[in-house]
Amino acid sequence: MSTVDEAPPKTRRNTELVLLIVAVAIVLIAYANVGLAIDDSLPVDLVTLGGGFAIVAFAFHLVLRWKAPYADPVLLPIVTLLNGLGLVMIHRIDLTPGGPNAAPKQLMWTAVGVIAAVALLFVVPDHRRLRRYTFIFGLAGFVLLLTPLLPLIGKNINGSRVWIGLGGFSFQPSEIAKILITIFFASYLVQTRDALSLVGRRVLGLPLPRARDMGPIMIAWLASLGVLVFESDLGTSLLFFGLFVGMLYVATERRSWIIIGIGLFLAGSYLAYLLFAHFQERVSLWFDPFQPGKSDQIAKGLMGMAAGGMFGTGLGQGHPELTYFANSDFIIPSFGEELGLVGLFAILVLYGLIVERGLRAGIACRDGFGKLLATGLAFSIALQVFVVVGGVTRVIPLTGLTTPFLSAGGSSLLANWVIVALLLRISNQARQPSDPERPERLSTDDTQVVKIR
Amino acid sequence: MTAIRLGLLALLWAFIFSIVGVLRGDIYGTRVVTRAADRRGNTPTPPPVRQPRAIRRGPTHLAITEGSMRGSSVPLTDGGVLIGRNPECTLVLSDDFASGRHARIYRDGDQWLVDDLGSTNGTYVGGERIGERVPIGEGSRIRIGQTVLEVRK
Repeated sequence: MSTVDEAPPKTRRNTELVLLIVAVAIVLIAYANVGLAIDDSLPVDLVTLGGGFAIVAFAFHLVLRWKAPYADPVLLPIVTLLNGLGLVMIHRIDLTPGGPNAAPKQLMWTAVGVIAAVALLFVVPDHRRLRRYTFIFGLAGFVLLLTPLLPLIGKNINGSRVWIGLGGFSFQPSEIAKILITIFFASYLVQTRDALSLVGRRVLGLPLPRARDMGPIMIAWLASLGVLVFESDLGTSLLFFGLFVGMLYVATERRSWIIIGIGLFLAGSYLAYLLFAHFQERVSLWFDPFQPGKSDQIAKGLMGMAAGGMFGTGLGQGHPELTYFANSDFIIPSFGEELGLVGLFAILVLYGLIVERGLRAGIACRDGFGKLLATGLAFSIALQVFVVVGGVTRVIPLTGLTTPFLSAGGSSLLANWVIVALLLRISNQARQPSDPERPERLSTDDTQVVKIR
Repeated sequence: MTAIRLGLLALLWAFIFSIVGVLRGDIYGTRVVTRAADRRGNTPTPPPVRQPRAIRRGPTHLAITEGSMRGSSVPLTDGGVLIGRNPECTLVLSDDFASGRHARIYRDGDQWLVDDLGSTNGTYVGGERIGERVPIGEGSRIRIGQTVLEVRK
């Protein structure tokens, strides 16, 4: 009989500081590179803007030292680098003749996102507190999803009714709803997973849980899907569905959920294909993006990435602005063109590392809710990156989702900083040295009872 | 320009490899210690107690076929086997659905019997919740919480 012990805990905050300095340096070099390539001179605001960006990142680092000393040391540097690279690319596309003016807005939203993340670290000293508000979170997420359908504040942009406008700002509430519903799923599944996985009957060799255990979650999921269908936002509904199936699988350890999930997914995609004309168009563009007379967005993205080749044209030296939405939905081809395959893969590895750290926090976390929440959040990032990158590289049909941290878009940036704050909070809990009293009391703990009512 | 362009890519990958270097310690950061060792480390470990000899005739051991401890087995000895989460049990289960002292398996003449010791979630033999003095033989399956034990020869 043997036990597995963790190595003695270290806070690793100094490691984080070093990595953070490297991350900020890379962003500043990239910014300087854009200036040198386009104007043949260092950008005049390199010191002020770069300094501001560095201050925001280091302020977050200090808050972590104070409020979550055992939090994961690599998450913040990775996220800072991705956010910074996104800012550089958005700024670079602003500089093209007739380009938008999105970088200052994005910088402002970066600050808002960091403030929200810091606030979350202060307000939620222990992630288990979130469990107290299970159904409030579920309801709030659902209401947020509904808001774009409201007559006055709802806005229809580019064929999807997923925006609300408040005094000049537009906001995509589904991004925040995603987090709230993940919390709701995690909290609810922890309560009911025993009943879900142990009680029930087998249908065609697949164990199915009872309706009363499944009811609330099915209703929540169907409702959110229904709303998304009415808002015609297929990317987000795919994300919600994947999240739902993934978390059920993790919570119950039943492979049948994956089979049921894939079955429902195939049926749903086919239904969507029959029902929505714009989805049919997406599918036909997926098979053949070079059709004459159709949207050439995917084709232009592919051409851009091909022009980049192995090492890219260099920041500021390509023409990513030729693709529509080059700074939001198609920011990945923009990077592919200017940083090349090598740079694009670096970005994908960075996402992989974020997901790995999220899952690691889930494994190490001591309570079921934290495990499920960390897994769900990490999985949502993984799925979102897959849907976006798969869409622009023709692995799957293109659906409109934002690339986490890179795309221009305030609500997405804010939501992703909040996700990172939650992961940092959970990893802090997971890596903290455990209470030495705990192993002694193990045998006198109450035996868990399978709740079947 | 080319220098900056390639330098930026090199820096990006250097950053990734430094992160992987940091994570390496995390991946190999566990060590395995035997449970017999004292946690505080100030008392010498007691010499290993010899297991009483297993009985030759009839079933000889219990194999765990389901649950977190799947794959391990315990010998059936004259002293009987106490099963539960309590560290003083012969078979200590790491199963949240097992009680501290959950069930007992002992010999009566040529027969092996199981007692449920008033556990919270019950002990099941052949799909039925049992009380006391339930006979078991080779191949019987005993479910305790999420753990299934099989009597083997």
